[in-house]
Amino acid sequence: MSISPVTIVCYLLGISAVVGLNAVILVWLERKVAGHMHFRYGPMEVGPHGLLQTLADGIKLLGKQFLVPDAADRPLFLLAPVVSLVPIFVAMVPLPLGETLQAWELNIGLLLVVALGLLNTLGILLAGWGSNNKYALLGGSRAVAQILAYKIPLLLCILTIIMMAGSYSLRQIALAQKDGWYILYQPLLFIIYIVTITLETNRSPFDFSEAESELVAGFHIEYSAMGFSLFFLAEYSYMFIAAALASILFLGGWQGPFLPGPVWSLLKLYGIIFLLMWFRWTFPRLRIDQMLHLGWKILLPLALVNFLVTAGVLAL
Amino acid sequence: MSAPPTYSLESTDNGNFLLNLGPQHPGTHGVLRVVLQMDGEYILAADPVLGYGHRMQEKIAENMTYLQALPYVCRMDYLGAMSYSLAWVCAVEKLCSFEVPERAVHVRVMACELNRIASHLLWWGAYLLDLGAFTPFLQAFADREQILDLLEYITGSRLTYCYFRFGGLAADVDDVFLRRVEDFVTGFRQRLPRYHDLVTGNVIFHHRSKDVGVILPFEAAGYGVTGPCLRGSGFAYDVRKCEPYSGYDRFEFAVPAEQEGDCLARYNVRMAEMEQSLAIIEQAVATIPDGPYRARVPRVIRPPAGEVAMAVETPRGELVIFMVSDGSTRPCRVKFRVPSFANLSIFARLARGQLLADALAILGSLDMVIPEVDR
Repeated sequence: MSISPVTIVCYLLGISAVVGLNAVILVWLERKVAGHMHFRYGPMEVGPHGLLQTLADGIKLLGKQFLVPDAADRPLFLLAPVVSLVPIFVAMVPLPLGETLQAWELNIGLLLVVALGLLNTLGILLAGWGSNNKYALLGGSRAVAQILAYKIPLLLCILTIIMMAGSYSLRQIALAQKDGWYILYQPLLFIIYIVTITLETNRSPFDFSEAESELVAGFHIEYSAMGFSLFFLAEYSYMFIAAALASILFLGGWQGPFLPGPVWSLLKLYGIIFLLMWFRWTFPRLRIDQMLHLGWKILLPLALVNFLVTAGVLAL
Repeated sequence: MSAPPTYSLESTDNGNFLLNLGPQHPGTHGVLRVVLQMDGEYILAADPVLGYGHRMQEKIAENMTYLQALPYVCRMDYLGAMSYSLAWVCAVEKLCSFEVPERAVHVRVMACELNRIASHLLWWGAYLLDLGAFTPFLQAFADREQILDLLEYITGSRLTYCYFRFGGLAADVDDVFLRRVEDFVTGFRQRLPRYHDLVTGNVIFHHRSKDVGVILPFEAAGYGVTGPCLRGSGFAYDVRKCEPYSGYDRFEFAVPAEQEGDCLARYNVRMAEMEQSLAIIEQAVATIPDGPYRARVPRVIRPPAGEVAMAVETPRGELVIFMVSDGSTRPCRVKFRVPSFANLSIFARLARGQLLADALAILGSLDMVIPEVDR
C-alpha cells in the first residue's frame, strides 16, 4: 500500500491535535474532578470554569528554564521524555474512533498499540537512570517491577478478546460486538483490564514510580519546564489510548444508538477516564510488594482461568 | 558525648546506599531529616537527624517573665497549642497555688478538646496523604476549618493561641460561642461516619496499616512513647484520666486503647479519641456555670521558690513541664518533656528492615510535629 506524503502530514497533524487537546481537556478535567471530590471548585479563574487554565499552565511551562543536572547522564536525560511521548503518535494510528474515523486500518492494530505501550516504561526507566538521583532511580526500578506484574494479565485479557472476535484488527473487534458488548460476556475480564490499565498508566492507587509522599516526584524529580510537560503529556495520552482500547475491546467502540459514532467513542472513553480519576482521588496507594502480589498471584491466575474457560466455551 | 556521626552519601562497597530523606521531603511533614541506609527499597538502618528547627525554647522561657513566656510555649506544637498553653498556666498556678474559677475550667477543657480534634483531623488527613490518598486531607480540612473558626472567635488566633491566663482566661466566652460549639458537635458527629466510610473500611488502607510498624508494649514503655501511640500498644494510659488536671475528673470519658500496636491500632485510637473529645465538649457546654472567668491574681507573678512538674495530655502524648522557681519573676529553670521527641526515638527501631513506603507510613502514624521535637 502506498501512502502519499501529504496524507502522512495530515495524519500527523490530526494526531498531534488529538494528543494536545486531549491533554488540555484531561488535565482540566482531572483538576475539576479532584476539586469537586474535595469540596472545592478546582480552577475557576482562567476562562469559563477554568477551561483555559491548562493552556495558561502550558505557556508558563514553555517559558521556564529546562535544567539538566550536572551529574545527570545528559543524552539519556534528554532522550527519556521523547521516548515516552513519541510512541503515542504511532499508537494512535490504528485506533478507530468512529465508523470512518481511523488513521489507518491495520490488521495487527491491537498488537501494535500494546507493544508501543511498553515503551512508556522504557521512558520512565531512562529518566530514572539518567537523572542520577536516588529517588528517580527508585521510581524507575519500580516501574520495571510493575510492568512485569501487569503486562502478562493485560495480554491475557487481550488474547481472550482476540479469541472471541477472531481478529487482531481493532475495527473488526469493535464490529464483532454489534449484537452485544463483550463486557456483558466478560465482566470479570473487564475488571481485570481496568486494574491493569490503572497500573499501565501509572495512576493511583498504583502510582509507584512517582509516589509523591515516598519518592517526592519519582522518575521526573529532576525534570523542569518542557521535560516535565512532555511526561505529563505522555501520561494523559497513555490514559487516552488505554481508555480507547477499553472502549473498543469491551464497550463496542463507536457503536451505539441515536448519537453519531465519534460521540459514542468519546463518551465511553472519557467515562473510563473518569473512572480512573475517581480511583485516583479515592484510594490510598498500595505498597510495591502488595502490587506485585496482586499482579502475579491474583490478576494473572484469574485472567488465565478466564482465558481457558472462554476457550473451552468457544470450542463447544 | 560523642561527636555527631558524619555521613557520606556515596554508595557503600556492598551495594547499599544512603538515602537522605529530608529535611525537605513531603513525607516528613517538617524539617526532619532521616538518613536511611538502603538496600534497594529496604531500609537497613534509619537515623533521624534533629535540630533544624531548634529555637532554644527552654532558654527563652528562662529569660522571660512567666507571662511573657506564655505565647512562646505554643510555638512548639503549633497543632496542639492549647494544651501547651494549658500546661504552662497550670504549672504556674500549681506553683503559686492559684484557684481557677469553674467557668474558666470548663472553657479551658472545651478549647483543649476542640484543639485536640483539630489536631487529630489534620493528622488523619496527613497520614492518608502519606499513604497516597489526597482527598481525605481536604475533607478533614473542611471540618478542621470550623474548629479553627470557633477558636478564632474566642482567642483571636487560629493556630498558636495565647488565650489562657494565670487564674483563668484572657476573655470570657459568650452564648454565641457555646451555641456554635454545640452545633459543631452535632454536625461533626454526623460527619464522622463518612470518614470511616472513606478510609477505615478501605481494603488498601488495611493492607497498608495492619501489622505495619508494630510497637510492642514493653518497647513502648521502654522508649517513653506516650499518647495515642502508647494506647495503640495496649496501655490505657492517659494523663487526663491517670492524673486529672484542669478539672478533667469532672467529665466522663473513656480512654480508647487497642492491643495490636500497629499503625491501624494507632489510627483507631485517634478516631475513637475524637468521639471521646466530642463527649467531653458536650458535657462542658452543658454544665458550664456562670461566674467570673478569671480569679484575682497578682499583677506580677512571683511564685514562691520551689519546683513543679506539670503533666498534660497533648494530642500527641504526655507533655511535662518541669519548672524551678527561685522566687523571682522569671523561672530559674524550665524543661519541656515533649511527646513527639520521645515518640520519634522509636522510629529508628521501627523502620529497620521495612520498605521505604512502610517507613513513611510509620512516621506518619507517630504524628510528629517537628518544631516540638527540635524545640
